[in-house]
Amino acid sequence: MTQLTTIQPLSGNAVPAPPRVLFTSPAIAREERREHLTMVLLLMPALLMVVVLLVLPLLWLGLQSVQGEEGLSLANYTRIFTEAIYWDTFGTTLQISVIVTALSILLGFPIAYAAARTRGLLSSVILLCVILPFWTSVLVRSYAWLVLLQRRGVVNQTLIDLGIISRPLELVHNTTGTVIGTLHVMLPFMVLPLYSVMKKIPNDLLLASDSLGARPFYTFRRVFLPMAAPGVMAGSILVFVICLGFFITPELLGGGRTVLVSMLVQRNVELYHAWGAASAVGLTLLAVVFLIFWAVNKVIPIERVLGVR
Amino acid sequence: MSHLSTQVTSLVVALGLASLAPASGAEEITFVSQGGAYQDAQAKAILEPAARNLGLTLKQDSSPKAYPIIKTQVESGRVSWDVVDLPTGDCVRGQAEGLFEKLDPQLIPNLAKLPAELKDDYMAGYISYSTVLAYRTDAFDEKSAPKTWADFWNTKDFPGARALRNLPRPTLEIALRADGVPADKLYPLDVDRAFKKLEEIKPHITTWWTSGGQSAQLISDGEVDMVQIWNGRASAVQAAGAPVAFTYNDGILETNSLCVLKGTRHRDAAMKFVNEAISAKLQAALPMIIDYGPLNPEAFTTGTIPAARQAVLPSSPENLAKQAVLSAKWWASAEGVKAEERWLSFVQAK
Repeated sequence: MTQLTTIQPLSGNAVPAPPRVLFTSPAIAREERREHLTMVLLLMPALLMVVVLLVLPLLWLGLQSVQGEEGLSLANYTRIFTEAIYWDTFGTTLQISVIVTALSILLGFPIAYAAARTRGLLSSVILLCVILPFWTSVLVRSYAWLVLLQRRGVVNQTLIDLGIISRPLELVHNTTGTVIGTLHVMLPFMVLPLYSVMKKIPNDLLLASDSLGARPFYTFRRVFLPMAAPGVMAGSILVFVICLGFFITPELLGGGRTVLVSMLVQRNVELYHAWGAASAVGLTLLAVVFLIFWAVNKVIPIERVLGVR
Repeated sequence: MSHLSTQVTSLVVALGLASLAPASGAEEITFVSQGGAYQDAQAKAILEPAARNLGLTLKQDSSPKAYPIIKTQVESGRVSWDVVDLPTGDCVRGQAEGLFEKLDPQLIPNLAKLPAELKDDYMAGYISYSTVLAYRTDAFDEKSAPKTWADFWNTKDFPGARALRNLPRPTLEIALRADGVPADKLYPLDVDRAFKKLEEIKPHITTWWTSGGQSAQLISDGEVDMVQIWNGRASAVQAAGAPVAFTYNDGILETNSLCVLKGTRHRDAAMKFVNEAISAKLQAALPMIIDYGPLNPEAFTTGTIPAARQAVLPSSPENLAKQAVLSAKWWASAEGVKAEERWLSFVQAK
């Protein structure tokens, strides 16, 4: 008996794990369930907002876009694909978006590089210059460009005074003006993701490359650039997608000739009270965006681009 | 508050107890316009004096896009607006959709004073503004300045940058006038001819403007040398000191009209209010505050408007004679709607 009593606590001590697991596993499960519930509850406001403000309006748009004079009709969509004006507008929009995206890489990369590779005050000043326009209304910035670029504007006046040109350049009220103004608004969307990616590139790798005898440009091309590529991709997607739906700047700087998809939507509503046609154009643009995302995802998975993985 | 009282009142009426509703004080009418400086000026010159004269309690509401609200009110049978000031095109449209009361000439004797083209059974012409040709005085002196739309189209003798409105109304009228169509032979518009004429000037147009403010900015900054612009905007630019002049010659006059909502509970009071609002005396007071022209011709003989002021108003007899009056009826017609749809492909095509 005594032996047994002495053994029992011993054996209990020797194999403590199984009973504890058996005892605690429902508790863990309960804890997990509770955690899960908390997560769902925490997500609810955001989820509700997305459903109420995004999913429902989209469904409503969809419904509106297929409503004809008598019952359901695809007339609003056939028009988009058969009338030249719609084709042209989508074409112009894509063209300007591509140009702006390309230019924002060209301009944004050096800025982000400079901000990421310098230290202290200089880096902060560079970033501040990029972010500052963010705090100014797009409307104000567009008008500012008008003041700079117009016929008797600062740029033309200066160039004429310097004797570089004799007649004012047509810098605004056309595609050129639209691209310049839009590019300015879009630049932070390129620089910021680029900067955050570049900042994460360890300096050691660049040093290692250098110490192995690579010339600076070789190091940049073979080490830095591949690691910065996801930033370029993320910035490009942001800029491109925002460009596709951009409105204020092209409206003000395009001179009425540069018609983008968003303006088509606005005109359909404002002028022709054609909500159905406007909905169809909006949804088609959304479909184009999804198509582009899908295509990009085939080449580079979106998760990687957005830095999730 | 007003909503609640409206609902309570309509409930009382619905129960057939209208006679039991207490008649409390003065009758109330609600007048609706587009707000801003325009409505403030009206309130001072026309609305408040009119209400005073009639012993009515005046309530005002404003909406830049009143039409859909009117439609909803009338169709739902819950009418809380009585008299509305609308672009005449909306009056024409609303008439077709049965949104307005027929005007009662017995209660609106002043209707007889309005020229026939400024009124019909359902609306009374109220105020006017004009689309005119403005130019930079530092680019042209008075002699060399463009004075007609034909001059505007003549890029050889009148060089310079130009801007037109990015809408067919009244740009098609302007193109037809440039092509030599007389002011009284414009309607029905020859749409094909107008677009053909517009193709001619298209390469010379710097900007197709979309807002009144934009047109003012273009001419005031010297971005263009001549522009299609509303007279009020042109006057404002001049008042701000820009070297700009404009002419009513070849102008296109547009109007706002007054309508009474169908199913209003203050029909007679609303009619009397319309009568006051288009009376010569009150009409004459408005242009002393703001650049809109009265439509009752007798307003110009009341002695309220000095000759110098008359000269810059769109509807003074002298200026009216030089202009064409836009037909809101034509623009509301099927042809008008089609012309409007055609615009976008015109302006966008390379």
